Amino acid sequence: MTVAENKKTIGNIPEHPKSLLLRMDRMPHIWCSRCGIGIVVGCLAAALEKAGLSPDDITITSGIGCTGRVAGYVKVDSFHTTHGRAIPFAVGLALSRPDLKHVVFSGDGDLVSIGGNHFIHAARRNQNLLVICVNNFTYAMTGGQLAPTTPVTARATTAPYGSFENPFCLPNLAISAGADYVARWTSLHIRRMTDTFEEALNREGFRFIEIIAPCSTIYARRNKLGTGLDLMKYYYENSEIKHDATAEELEIGFQTKIVVGKFVDKERPSYARAMNRHLGKILGKKYIPPEVGGPQ
Amino acid sequence: MPDPRYWRKPFDSDKVKSPKGVVYVIKDRCKGCGFCVEFCPRGVLVLSVEFNKKGYHPPEVVHPDRCVNCDLCERICPEFAIYSLNQDEIIELAP
Amino acid sequence: MHADPKGVLTGTHYLDGDHAAAEGACAAGCRFLAGYPITPSTEVAERCALRFPMIGGTFIQMEDELASIAAILGASWGGLKTFTVTSGPGFSLMMENIGLGIMMECPCVIINVQRGGPSTGLPTLPAQADMMQARWGSHGDYEIIALSPNSPQECFDLTIEAVNLSEQYRLPVMLMMDECIGHMTEKVVIPLAEEIDIVPRRWTREKPDTYLPYKPCDDLVPEIAPLGYGYRFHTTGLTHDQRGYPVLNAETQEECVGRLMDKVNKNAENIYHLEKHNLDDADVILISYGISSRVAIPAVGKAREDGIKVGELRLITVWPFPENLIRELAGNIKAFVMPEINYGQVVLEVERCVGGKCKTRLVGHAGGWVHDPESIYQAIKEVAQ
Repeated sequence: MTVAENKKTIGNIPEHPKSLLLRMDRMPHIWCSRCGIGIVVGCLAAALEKAGLSPDDITITSGIGCTGRVAGYVKVDSFHTTHGRAIPFAVGLALSRPDLKHVVFSGDGDLVSIGGNHFIHAARRNQNLLVICVNNFTYAMTGGQLAPTTPVTARATTAPYGSFENPFCLPNLAISAGADYVARWTSLHIRRMTDTFEEALNREGFRFIEIIAPCSTIYARRNKLGTGLDLMKYYYENSEIKHDATAEELEIGFQTKIVVGKFVDKERPSYARAMNRHLGKILGKKYIPPEVGGPQ
Repeated sequence: MPDPRYWRKPFDSDKVKSPKGVVYVIKDRCKGCGFCVEFCPRGVLVLSVEFNKKGYHPPEVVHPDRCVNCDLCERICPEFAIYSLNQDEIIELAP
Repeated sequence: MHADPKGVLTGTHYLDGDHAAAEGACAAGCRFLAGYPITPSTEVAERCALRFPMIGGTFIQMEDELASIAAILGASWGGLKTFTVTSGPGFSLMMENIGLGIMMECPCVIINVQRGGPSTGLPTLPAQADMMQARWGSHGDYEIIALSPNSPQECFDLTIEAVNLSEQYRLPVMLMMDECIGHMTEKVVIPLAEEIDIVPRRWTREKPDTYLPYKPCDDLVPEIAPLGYGYRFHTTGLTHDQRGYPVLNAETQEECVGRLMDKVNKNAENIYHLEKHNLDDADVILISYGISSRVAIPAVGKAREDGIKVGELRLITVWPFPENLIRELAGNIKAFVMPEINYGQVVLEVERCVGGKCKTRLVGHAGGWVHDPESIYQAIKEVAQ
C-alpha cells in the first residue's frame, strides 16, 4: 500500500502503513509490553507487501497460546484453532485451496509439544505450508510453565528449581523431518526475518522459520534476565549468523550464543504435487485432479 | 550522536544523498517497550517523560533532522505504534 | 441441487455397510477425507482411497485422529464437503475438535463404526455404547445431530443425509454405525445422480464490507464466506461475536452458545427422521436404532402373535432426541421397551421424557454380540402384563 492509499487517520496523523494487513479495530493487542510477537507479525506484513501479495492470497492459522492469538490480528482469512492442531487444520486448508498460500503462525509449545506429531508429519509429507514459530522458551499464556524448548537450568513455574530436561532444537527437528526450508532469526533481525518470510512465501513445500523472541513478563522476569529490552540487547550481543551451522551449533542453552541463519533451502515436490504426479502416472486418463473448494 | 555500536559510515556517504524521513508516533498505542529508542541507528528518539492514555512513556522525536526513513522503528515496534515516511511522500491531512 | 454424477456409482450392488457409507459420501459430494486406520471402520477409508482419485477427491491418511478431524475442518473451510471415519478410540481422540467444529460452525461428517469399549475393548465386535459420547463427548454445552443406520442401504442413504444436514445447519453431523452394520453385506441400490438431492454450501451473498461471519439467517444459521474473495474474516474457537472476534464475557457467551443450541432445537422438527409403525393403538412401544432395530423384528412379530399391541419407533436421527413425541406417546401406553447394545444410554432420554407416565424397560448388554430376539420378546411380554 502506498501512503496515498492510506486514507485512514488516527488522531491527526495517517494510520500505520501496515493497517490494511492488520485488524486495527482490535488494537491494542493482548501481548505484553516488550513482547516480541508483534514484531514478527509486523515483519510478516512487510514481507507480504514486499512479495507483492494481496491479503486475499493467503490464510493464517494459529493454535493456542500467546502466539496463537496472531490469527486474530491479521486482516486475512484467519483461523484460531485448538491447541496443537493448527498444522493439521492448515493441511486441510492447503489441500482444499492449493491456489492460496497458507501460513501457520504459532508458539513453541503449541507446535512442537502438543502439536509435535503433526509438525514432523507435515514436514515429512512436505505439505505446502509456511510454518512460523515464535519461540519464547515458555508457556506464557498460562503463566510460564516448562516448554519443550526451555533451556536446561532455566526456571519455569512447573520447573521451580530449573529445568533438567533436554529441550528440542526446532531447526534440527524440522531438518531431520525433511523440511524444505529451515531458518532461524531473533526478533531483533527484522530485515533478515522479513527477507526470509518474503522468500519463503514464494516457495513450495514445508517451510519452517523459527523466531527467537523475548517474553518479558514471564520468562525474562522469572529467570532474572531483566526485561524484553534486555533480551533484545542480548540477541544483539550474542547471536551469530551461520548458514552452514552444524546440528550441535544450533542447540540453544540457557543464555548461550544463538546461531541464526537459513540452514536448509532445497526443493522437493510438495505433497499435493507428488500426489498429482504419482496418481496421474498410475491412473492415466482415469485420474481426476482434486477439486478446489469455493463457489463454482 | 548515534550510538557507535549500531552505526558504520558507508564508503560512499559523501556522494550519496541520504533520504529524509519524518517519524510518526501513535502515542496511545505505545506500550513503552523502548525498542525503537534503543535500536534507532540515528538516535532520533528518546522515551518521553509524559504518559500516554495507558500509562506508558511513548517515544518522542528529539532529533527529527537525523531520520533517514530507514523503517527500523516501524518494523521493530511490536505495537504498530511508530513509523516513518519519506518526506516527499507526505501529504498534508486536513486539520 | 442434484448430485454430481462423477461420484454416483449408479446401479445395484452387493456391499457391506462400510463400503456403502463410502459410496454415500462420494455421492453426497464429499471430496475430502482425512482418516486414520481403525477397526472396524477402515474399509470406508480404503474404498475412498481407491475411489477418490477418479472423482476429484483428496484422501489423506493422517498421523492420528486428532489430525484427521482438524484436517477435515480445515478442508471444509476451504470449501470442500468433508468427512472422516473412525471407531471408539479414534472418536474419543476427535472430541476436542468436534467442539471446534461446533463453535466455528463447520460443516462436516464424522462416521463412527461403533465397537465394544471402554478403551480398546472389542475391536472387531459390535456395540452401541458411544451414543452418549456422540451427544456429550466434547466439553461445554452444544447440540448435535446424529443418525443411525440399520442396513448397508441406509449406510449409503444416511451418509448423504448426514452430509446434507451438516451443510444445512453448519455443524459436524455424526453417523453412528456399528461393527455389525459396517460388516454386513447386502443389496445396496444406488440411484441416478439426478435422483439424489444435495444441499449446497451456504455461501454468502453479502459483500465483504457488510458481511458478518456469524450473523444468523432466519433459520439461525449464518452463511459462509469463501477464502480469498476479500472477506478477510476471522474465526475462532473462543466465544465470539457476530464479527467472529473473541469477546470473552457472559453476555456474548449466552448469545453465541445459545444460538448454537437453538439452531438445532428450533429446527428439530425438520431434522427428525423417524420410522413409526402401529403407534396409534399400541400398548407397548419398542424404541430402537441401528442394528438393534433389526434384531427386534422377530421379537415384535412374536409378541403380536401373542396378541400384544406393540408399536415400533425407530430413531433414525437419535440426536436431536424426539422429546415431544415421547412425552405424547407416554401418556397413551403401558411401557416403552428399548434394546440397546450398552448398559442404558438413549433409554435415559426416554425415561426423562416419560417422566413416570409409563414404564420404560431397557434390554441392554455390554456388547460383543447383538441381542437374542428372545430377550426382547420376554421384555415386551413382561411389561405388557
